[in-house]
Amino acid sequence: MRLTCTVNGTEQQVDDVWEGESLLYVLRERMGLPGSKNACEQGECGSCTVYLDGLPVCACLVAAGQAEGREVGTVEALADADALHPVQQAFVDAGAVQCGFCTPGLLVATHDLITRHGRPSDAETREALAGNLCRCTGYEKILDAVRLAADRMAGTAAGAGTEAGGDR
Amino acid sequence: MEFLQPTTWAEALEARAAHPDAVPICGGTDVMVGINFGHLRPAQLLDLTRVADLREWTTEEHAVRLGAGVSYARVITELGDRLPGLAMAARTIGSPQIRNRGTVGGNLATASPAGDAHPALLAADAVVEVASVRGSRRIPVTDFYTGPKRNAMDADELVAAVHITPPSGPQQYSKIGTRNAMVIAVAAFGLALHPDRRTVGTGIGSAAPTPRRAPAAEEFLAGELDAAGLWESRAELPAGLAARFGELVAGSAAPIDDVRGTAGYRLHALSVMARRTLTWAWAEHRTASGNDSAKEV
Repeated sequence: MRLTCTVNGTEQQVDDVWEGESLLYVLRERMGLPGSKNACEQGECGSCTVYLDGLPVCACLVAAGQAEGREVGTVEALADADALHPVQQAFVDAGAVQCGFCTPGLLVATHDLITRHGRPSDAETREALAGNLCRCTGYEKILDAVRLAADRMAGTAAGAGTEAGGDR
Repeated sequence: MEFLQPTTWAEALEARAAHPDAVPICGGTDVMVGINFGHLRPAQLLDLTRVADLREWTTEEHAVRLGAGVSYARVITELGDRLPGLAMAARTIGSPQIRNRGTVGGNLATASPAGDAHPALLAADAVVEVASVRGSRRIPVTDFYTGPKRNAMDADELVAAVHITPPSGPQQYSKIGTRNAMVIAVAAFGLALHPDRRTVGTGIGSAAPTPRRAPAAEEFLAGELDAAGLWESRAELPAGLAARFGELVAGSAAPIDDVRGTAGYRLHALSVMARRTLTWAWAEHRTASGNDSAKEV
């Protein structure tokens, strides 16, 4: 079947999609967007987390046809051409990346968390990231990265109206 | 494989009637796992996510009519105050990603004995509304589960909604797993105290071939509360009452040994969860009493 949906702001159309295929397979194998990772294929690990109509979901559990006409946002769209997104930069700076396989899913889940909560408590972070498994870091560095990203993003938001002009 | 994508409820029922072997899919949290692992190869997938009616909830005759396609995330954020027991169960489900997709309708259609919503629905005397091109009918949730992953629906029927009356008293939910998130329950228990009717509702999960109630425990507790005038006095529960309630709840279970736990562990866990949830619910009932008397004074 043919699938048409908006991915990272651009309308995409792919043909010969098998009806039982997941959105994850379509993104990785048909649209050339391998950022979302394929690991458990059962919604357990969160490494394929993408936005579907603005909500974080496991792309492996979305049937391709269910994305018809919908808006999909992947980890590829977080950074702009020149710079990493503050969430990505915080993961680098805090050492929250080891093998990196879980990272794309954690970045999307963290982006959603900070967008909704601003500066989440540690308990809110643990709850929000409960569906993203990391087998390397032990999660402490990930919590550091979330705090760092939230602080920096809050600073940017506050700075826009106050310090930014004077400091520069 | 064919991908059927009705956009109205009438079209969905027609598609169901034409393809009784089609597998309905909503959040996909069970169906896609089956397809990804090659266990499920239906001739048709019947996608229900385009049917707007299914994603709505309304209030009808004092009860909430919860559309089958409302996600667990929305049960928590939009109905946490009205349906506390179900919202508590919803908070234990999967992860944010799973709660954004999974639905109560899917839980009912799958009818797994381990489905997290079932104990809360049983305790709250929920009623399932199913429909086909022949019309719709309502099935008390107590009669809905007919066997492991089997339910009382005919081949041409779909779950339309579930009707749940907001409670007159406290509700509680408890679930045992190896961690808080992303677990299939080893055992689960839902409790509802109904002071208006002077009855007690219970629901057992993951400890019998189907989700089921614990009638002996319900009758015992309601009887004891009645006999001692505790519904009104809201005094402390007599020593040993909650523990006896827990034993009777475990007595209604029929668990098996499996990869998630042994039958013996499940029985023990159920008796503990029933005792604890009653203790929590009764504390809430007593606090409500304190507020009332404060007002009267």
